[in-house]
Amino acid sequence: MKSIANEDLIGSKSMPHGNDVCQGPSSHSLNKKVTALVVEDNVVNQMIHKRLLSNLGIETQVVENGKEAVDLHHSGAVFDLILMDMEMPIMNGPEATRVLRAMGVRSKIVGVTAYSGDYEKRVFMDAGLDDYYEKPLTMAKLVSLLQELVDNN
Amino acid sequence: MLGLGVDRLQADMDRLLALLFHQGVLDEHFLQLQQLQDETSPNFVSEVVNIYFHESEKLLRSLREFLMDREFSEYKKMGIHLNQLMGSSSSIGAKRVRNVCVVFRAASEQNNRAGDANVFLYLGFRCLRALEMLEHEYCYLKNKLHELIQIEQQRVMAARVRYPIQN
Repeated sequence: MKSIANEDLIGSKSMPHGNDVCQGPSSHSLNKKVTALVVEDNVVNQMIHKRLLSNLGIETQVVENGKEAVDLHHSGAVFDLILMDMEMPIMNGPEATRVLRAMGVRSKIVGVTAYSGDYEKRVFMDAGLDDYYEKPLTMAKLVSLLQELVDNN
Repeated sequence: MLGLGVDRLQADMDRLLALLFHQGVLDEHFLQLQQLQDETSPNFVSEVVNIYFHESEKLLRSLREFLMDREFSEYKKMGIHLNQLMGSSSSIGAKRVRNVCVVFRAASEQNNRAGDANVFLYLGFRCLRALEMLEHEYCYLKNKLHELIQIEQQRVMAARVRYPIQN
């Protein structure tokens, strides 16, 4: 899959298919490189999510639990997009989301989880998520998220 | 002759992939995984798959230990382990393993709610049966993915011999 830098992104949004180059939000709308934080304790998912984001030219950091995400923000880090897993040791996704929102973090926080019932999903959304996806993340879902980011900017 | 080797290996890979898709062992997320591999990360699939094997075997061992424990009451931990296995299986496109995790999780949740001792015992057997299914599916997946990765590696080697880099 071709790696895409922000400056290569062109105007039309299309779903990736096969070996097609993924096209995303307009570069006119992006003043800086898009940054993302992956909050995920599962190593397989860390690798895949990071690779998906990197292939879209997004600068990505990975942490293993909610507490590390909170500590990163305490140290002054800011991200355009946070992909938050639900179940994690030390501090889970809902708790980390609540803490980040209480700190005043306005980044787009998207919950990503393997499987959950309506109740768990509601609790996670109520914690302050902007959106929620069931795993696995796909390139199409990410392009859609980025398009929303650009539109809101 | 060498060209035929590359083409034959590619055909073998395509045939094996088609079989695994047909059997429902893999789904389209495995294709996404393959698409994430390129010249900047030429071993991405095998790296991810090998980590998946390593992590999954730890989780399966823990699940078996939980169920073998006569004082078993760690349903919550079992649920967390199952979610981990479900999540990583979904991400690499291991559809059947993921589906068995869903069945296992449902059985363990029912067991957690069982008040009657006989019902508890019956549901315990169901969890054990689900674990056996999971181990069986995982073994089959592992063997097939090993085979796929091996053919891919042979294909890459054969392609290098066919098209050596000219200095």
